[in-house]
Amino acid sequence: MINTFETNCCAQCQHTPQRPCPDRIDCLQDRPRCHEKEACHRQRLELMAQLRRETLTRPAIFVGTGTCGLGAGAGKTMAAVRRFLADRDLQADLIEVGCIGLCAAEPILDVQLPARTRVSFQQVTEDKVSSLLAAVLAGQIPADSVIAQHRGDGLEAWPDVWFLDEHPFFAPQQRIVLANCGLIDPASFDEYIARGGYQALAHVLRQNTSAELCDRIEQSGLRGRGGGGFPTGEKWKFALAAQADQKYLICNADEGDPGAFMDRAVIEGDPHRLLEGMAIGAYAIGATKAYVYIRAEYPLAIRRLKKAIAQARGAGLLGENILDSGFHLDIVIKQGAGAFVCGEETALIQSIEGKRGMPRPRPPFPAVQGLFGKPTIINNVETLANVPAIVSRGAEWFSAIGTANSKGTKVFALSGKVKLTGLIEVAMGTSLRQIIFDIGGGIPAGKSFKAVQIGGPSGGCIPAEHLDIEIDYESLKTVGAMMGSGGLVVMDEDTCMVDLAKFFMDFIQRESCGKCIPCREGTRRMLEILRRITRARRDETGTDALERFKGIMYLQRLAEVIKDTSLCGLGQTAPNPVLSTLRWFHDEYEAHIYERRCPAGACRELLEYRIDPQACKGCTLCAKKCPADAVRGVAKGPHYIIPEKCIGCGTCVQVCRFGAVIAE
Amino acid sequence: MPVSSTSMADRIETILTRYPNGKRDALIPLLQDIQEDLGFLSRQAVLQVGRHLNLPASKIYGVATFYNQFRFEPQGRFHIQVCRGTACHVKGSAIVLETLQQHLGIGPNQTSRDGQFSLEVVACIGACGLAPVISINGEFFGGVTPEKIPDIIEAVRRQDQKDPDHDQHF
Repeated sequence: MINTFETNCCAQCQHTPQRPCPDRIDCLQDRPRCHEKEACHRQRLELMAQLRRETLTRPAIFVGTGTCGLGAGAGKTMAAVRRFLADRDLQADLIEVGCIGLCAAEPILDVQLPARTRVSFQQVTEDKVSSLLAAVLAGQIPADSVIAQHRGDGLEAWPDVWFLDEHPFFAPQQRIVLANCGLIDPASFDEYIARGGYQALAHVLRQNTSAELCDRIEQSGLRGRGGGGFPTGEKWKFALAAQADQKYLICNADEGDPGAFMDRAVIEGDPHRLLEGMAIGAYAIGATKAYVYIRAEYPLAIRRLKKAIAQARGAGLLGENILDSGFHLDIVIKQGAGAFVCGEETALIQSIEGKRGMPRPRPPFPAVQGLFGKPTIINNVETLANVPAIVSRGAEWFSAIGTANSKGTKVFALSGKVKLTGLIEVAMGTSLRQIIFDIGGGIPAGKSFKAVQIGGPSGGCIPAEHLDIEIDYESLKTVGAMMGSGGLVVMDEDTCMVDLAKFFMDFIQRESCGKCIPCREGTRRMLEILRRITRARRDETGTDALERFKGIMYLQRLAEVIKDTSLCGLGQTAPNPVLSTLRWFHDEYEAHIYERRCPAGACRELLEYRIDPQACKGCTLCAKKCPADAVRGVAKGPHYIIPEKCIGCGTCVQVCRFGAVIAE
Repeated sequence: MPVSSTSMADRIETILTRYPNGKRDALIPLLQDIQEDLGFLSRQAVLQVGRHLNLPASKIYGVATFYNQFRFEPQGRFHIQVCRGTACHVKGSAIVLETLQQHLGIGPNQTSRDGQFSLEVVACIGACGLAPVISINGEFFGGVTPEKIPDIIEAVRRQDQKDPDHDQHF
């Protein structure tokens, strides 16, 4: 592949990365601006078409190697593809792409033959590679493993294969942030350029002042995608107005919400989009240094981001005098060390400064006094990744998408008890029902939907009766939830809501930084109350029961005090999982407290396993499968369970062919 | 493999030279680099970092113990991370964790006596689509159930015997 940034069109081009030219991006994507020559124009267009893979000379094979793809075995699939090509001495390009979002179908492998459209296949594990590739290269599409074909101008479509935009998972989506994810090679700077990349930055640097840019973002109605939902343009204006010798932009990629992975997918799949958004943001506020604060748990994302930064710097799009505009920007990666509270902006700043990540009271807001005491803007990955599209397509275009107060699209990580798990991007105002049942395909194994948890530990649960609300920042608050970063965890009838509340409280009390008392002490007391509710009958004394009833009386009040008196966002939202489950699933709490049973059968301490000696045939299967070695008995004789050893995993119930294991 | 204390001091010194004139904001990256190289933060490492940055060891411990990432015990040859994110929880990661503890005889943040296994609970690996997920030396295993655990452990052990030079730190 020719590197577009190293080859100038002809001898007349004077551009070097050291001596940049303001028209460089236009020149690459269209025609040279400094001289008129048709051959150069044609050469550029051909190269771009080739990079967009519209004109292939040999087959291209794409493997989705995001973290989820690799987790499903994409690495082995890649190796199998290489072996296949080597064994048959075939010439083809093997390209690593990011995640297209359909995690449930990973590993995903795409094949594109010259002059034909690109086709995606699902669950292509290493053993399936050779039969699949042999068939496709011979012009046959195996119907059972195909997902869909991509649209492509001037390319011949495969008959009887639906297009990606007709697939129920993709059809309702509107992809702005994820536009390139899963399509382009994240390690290739050229492919990003070929799809219009860095055009917005070049345009802004040439034509707009910082104030105009802030205005445009404000007009677009873009709001922070990290949870707070503060208007981005307005925030930028605060920093622009602040006088200082140094300002900073920080990209918050410390995706701490368990159940959310959109930031990871964007950085793994399309890192240059984030860099372009950051460069525009830094220009808008007058920052010359930017940080990406990213979780250390995302090694692949860090690797790809580092590479992208090096590429952009090599091409003169970061560093000194970017595109001859006089604007300087350096981007530095800071790895978060694993603290949920560092998602809070003042805590994040403390962490970059090398201190414990503890929030401080605001004001002064970071936009006035932030990192090292200088004006600092902190934006989430998704927010910044929206910026290039807003700049190049206009504020009006963006504000036409979405609802009255929430513009644009939102990326959601759909997981839990739903058929098609993955990453989706829909316009604001899409209903939860559409997301879970149309896009996600509903609940697997014939179970019924119970609730969906949105917004991570700060968010809440939404029950079935509110599935038709249109998602935006305000509507979610009316049902006691919040947008958060956009994790959607679907729960079915087997999920216990008390257990879920306990899970979140356990997480929050561990992650509380300990600075203010309501959060540090209050969350722990709430967890204790929930633990008492779900504790087993067998080791309960009289005072335990008393404590249990007393606790539940205080639970709601305690939650409200924590909410009102905590210092930072983490504490103020910490009781939300409890408050929302109490609001919508009061009956489940009552069943735990009064009847001492868990309706969902999830609170294992309230369950006891035993084997019915009449029904047991002594097949020994449960004893073999028991991971805790808690089942005893001789072959062909009735077995029994040792309660002290039993961990209550339920494996014996699942494997028993005679229905002899009883859980109650 | 055991590292002698002198070579350990040298290795830490090499990392420190990457941060000449380091200030307070270099502290966390420094600790991360040391942990990546040695697998954990030794007492010696903390003292050396303190001298380099002119900070008392108590401050460094204050920062290091605040963050979940830092370990003060060497990790095992097989470092197992169990994801306890929401999606994994809903799909049964609590039982996965419990089974692993029983199977290996160690708790979270502990290393087995023979130095083979160490267990860590992480908030979310970000592979929610494959829940419940565990990662062993950086390799992901999705859709884990209690029954699969003995097989997974056995498989990584076997793979290691076949390939004893297998890189243990990813």
